Amino acid sequence: MAADALLVQSATYLGAAVVSVPIAERLGLGSVLGYLVAGVMVGPAVLGLVSGAEDVMHVAEFGVVMMLFLVGLELQPSKLWAMRGAVFGLGGAQVVATAAAVALAAVAAGLGLAPAFAVGLILAMSSTAMVLQALAEKGLLKSPAGETSFAVLLFQDIAVIPILAVMPLLAPGGGGGDHGAGAHADGGTLVDGLPGWAAALLVLAAVGVIVLGGRLVMRPLFMAMARLRMREIFTATALLLVAGTALIMESVGLSPALGAFLAGVVLADSEFRHEIETDIAPFKGLLLGLFFIAVGAGIQIDLILARPLAVAAIVLAVVAIKAAVLYAIARSARLNRSDALLTAIALSQIGEFAFVLIGFASQNRILAGDLAALLTASVALSMLTTPILLILFERFASGAETADDRPADAIDERNRVIIAGFGRVGQIVGRLLIGRGVPVTVLEHDAEQLEALRRFGFKLYYGDARRHDLLEAAGAAEAALLVVATDDKETTTEIVETARRNFPGLKIVARAYDRPHAYEVEEAGADRVVRETFEGGIEMATESLRVLGVPAFEANRLGRIFRRHDIETMDVLRVVRKTGDRDAYGLAFRQRREMLSSVLTRDVQTVPGTDDSGWDAETLRRESRGEG
Amino acid sequence: MPHKILLLFAHPSIRRSRVNRALLDAASAVAGVTVHDLYETYPDFAIDVDREQRLLLDHDAIVCQHPLFWYSAPAIVREWQDLVLEHGWAYGRHGRALEGKTWMQAVSTGGREGAYREDGLNRYSIDELLRPFEATAHLCHMVWQRPFVVHATHVAEAAEIDAAADAFRARLVALRDGSPVRVVV
Repeated sequence: MAADALLVQSATYLGAAVVSVPIAERLGLGSVLGYLVAGVMVGPAVLGLVSGAEDVMHVAEFGVVMMLFLVGLELQPSKLWAMRGAVFGLGGAQVVATAAAVALAAVAAGLGLAPAFAVGLILAMSSTAMVLQALAEKGLLKSPAGETSFAVLLFQDIAVIPILAVMPLLAPGGGGGDHGAGAHADGGTLVDGLPGWAAALLVLAAVGVIVLGGRLVMRPLFMAMARLRMREIFTATALLLVAGTALIMESVGLSPALGAFLAGVVLADSEFRHEIETDIAPFKGLLLGLFFIAVGAGIQIDLILARPLAVAAIVLAVVAIKAAVLYAIARSARLNRSDALLTAIALSQIGEFAFVLIGFASQNRILAGDLAALLTASVALSMLTTPILLILFERFASGAETADDRPADAIDERNRVIIAGFGRVGQIVGRLLIGRGVPVTVLEHDAEQLEALRRFGFKLYYGDARRHDLLEAAGAAEAALLVVATDDKETTTEIVETARRNFPGLKIVARAYDRPHAYEVEEAGADRVVRETFEGGIEMATESLRVLGVPAFEANRLGRIFRRHDIETMDVLRVVRKTGDRDAYGLAFRQRREMLSSVLTRDVQTVPGTDDSGWDAETLRRESRGEG
Repeated sequence: MPHKILLLFAHPSIRRSRVNRALLDAASAVAGVTVHDLYETYPDFAIDVDREQRLLLDHDAIVCQHPLFWYSAPAIVREWQDLVLEHGWAYGRHGRALEGKTWMQAVSTGGREGAYREDGLNRYSIDELLRPFEATAHLCHMVWQRPFVVHATHVAEAAEIDAAADAFRARLVALRDGSPVRVVV
């Protein structure tokens, strides 16, 4: 019976997603809005197909946890450390300023001081799930707006803990009421009833377990699983890691999402990063979808219909206040107008943590029951506004970057050579190889570029070469060579890494941006690395020498000597670089540069045929004179 | 009708050449001579075979001017021979493209003439040392001319260089206006 109910529920949710998301996508609305609308449709207000949306919500929150794990995977500890200013500066400013502004508005609307403050804190939260999903879909996570948004969201996730601690103090009678510290965890937590210092120790211990466990246990474990060569077990291990981390954090009353994020960061520089990423991503996507459907289903349409003006006023006021505060903060962080606006819009909704905090606040009798219901409806509704605002932003304010989530083409040929990226560099490689009669399979991820090139008669396939399944589909398992000619540094490194790990027999020739990137790509497993501007620069130098009157052959030879010297320099510096000693690197670089001038000068003297001898003429001439 | 002359010039470091530059300047001034600087045209040694073959077909006499390096020509001349004088085109049963054209070597040597004798430092005469080129011309059905040689460039004075240039000009004019001479050494 229970299994039946589960099947019915699953079918309903999946069906809603399958029907509404493609429609939303086709209409250019993005998947988040599609899920939300699907939720409204199957929810009690319209079709009434699902009832207990809260249960589903609980499962679906795991999607948020996974998303933060994936975000952590993208973020090496050093990068995270570098972000600390943005996280605490921008994030702190956002939470404090937004909470204050919202609280003021609430007081003006007639609320008491303590409840107004609580409302301010609750509504200051934005939706990590929605923002990251929406930005990732548009490929904006690495943009200035994406990074700022992420920093603020990270701070909010951290801030939930102190907010939960402060909340009970706002209760009437100051600190009365039942304040189970981890009220969002159903069964209570290990820290309940412990004295403060012990609780703090336990929290530290939990974080320590995640960090050390990630370093010492998970890596060897993943290694062993990878050797098993059973994909599903590897996937299970990755899922277990996320679930386990979430459990540990929850048991000490911390945000599971924060724990997963931490676990992700710990594994960010592991060699299995991309593998884990590809394994978890589909689960994350599905659960997040479920999450948004649950949010949609939870929207209390009847309440909204009963008090439409109140709800609309709250939603509009909150979104406006949040956006205004965020815009000011983003501008102060030197983002340009468009990026600041995008940040402001992206974070303008109220987040899923608000559901938890509202429940917690009403439990503590800080918020009256009807106000809590009104706020819950407003939170859900505010999530509907963001996708719409983002669409408007794209239409009118941004540089019209179109969302690019077209599926990869089916590849029907098997060639010995695969070229990833067919831009300025890839085309040269491709034309030369094709000209030589070497058939190549070309992968390109820029739809416009693709269409343009197809008009010129090139056969190309659309797809993201970072995905090992696409490489597999392109025949990487049987191919002899992969040429990675993509423009973006990180993309190139990722493709090389993925290809090297999944297809050990494949030779890889990769394009590098500069010397440091060349080392990076080498370490990722490329067999040959070509710096993209190297030969071009040498050619410009050679042509310059010719314009200065140096004969072509001599100029060319100087260029070739420079080329050899620089490649040797790469070898020398590679060794020094491994030591991580910046001073030694700089010194070695200067030494090599001095050496270069002596190498180039000497060559001028030893080029054969100074005067007509073919040998070292000056000495010979003296010898001849001596004879004569 | 005057013969059209193709001057294949090969010197890897023309800027520091005295004699060969003077010879080249002299040749450039002779009407009917096409100067073709191999090192300047192909600094990367990527010789365009089609273009070279067309040039050969367009001319009646080919003069290959270079300093004598290690009793032979600078490397690019050898590369040129390997690629341009194709089997089936320049030699072989059907290779008759160059038949009847004239081939002449114009070389400079650092040593004195006396050094190129049986009893000299180099033990062989220039004629003997240039045998590979003579045999090449023969195989390609071309008419071999006695080489033009400038000796003792190490110690050449300006007047001697001028004289060499004049002699070279006269030789080219004769080649242009006269009829090819079959030589038997």
